[in-house]
Amino acid sequence: MARRLLGFVGVAAGALAGTVAYRRSAIRRHDRLDVYFDDGSMVSLVEGSPEADRLLPVARDVLAAARS
Amino acid sequence: MDAAQALADLTEISSQIEAAVLFSEDGAVLASTLADGEAPARLVRGAQELLEGGAAFRSGGAAVTQLEASTPDGGVFVVRDGARGIVATTAPQPTAGLVFYDLKSCLRSVEEEPPKPRRRRSAKAAASEEADGGA
Repeated sequence: MARRLLGFVGVAAGALAGTVAYRRSAIRRHDRLDVYFDDGSMVSLVEGSPEADRLLPVARDVLAAARS
Repeated sequence: MDAAQALADLTEISSQIEAAVLFSEDGAVLASTLADGEAPARLVRGAQELLEGGAAFRSGGAAVTQLEASTPDGGVFVVRDGARGIVATTAPQPTAGLVFYDLKSCLRSVEEEPPKPRRRRSAKAAASEEADGGA
């Protein structure tokens, strides 16, 4: 009985950890920078590209300043 | 419209915008929803850095008109129109199209200064001038 309960708790804990990891990775995918130009073109950069990694910290600093 | 009034209208209309700062081309803060201090200037410096960094992505002289940075903590929007710009922060996953629309409307409302009414000459003053001119 105790072994079954332990197994159930283990499966539940694993599922919970997997869900949290998936949600975190999904949220991280939203890090991006969209730049629009006066000729109508647009450039979208996601986190991981050198350009985005240079400018996304600036955006985070702006957010921190607005909430400080 | 006054810049401060335009920002007040903006935050009243758009529930998604948490903070906004209007700035001039040279980086001067024209109006802010934030309390006075270092924060509005930091937002403007960041906005200008984002605009300059964004312009570096394209060669050929295309200018950046607007940009959106989306992070898990929230969004940063910058719109530039002529000699003025506006930077705003939002909660995570905002409706980008609506935010851009509201920011552009705010910028336009500042730029559209109503024409000053011309003073009409009174009939007495006009008659006096005519008499002086005739003499």
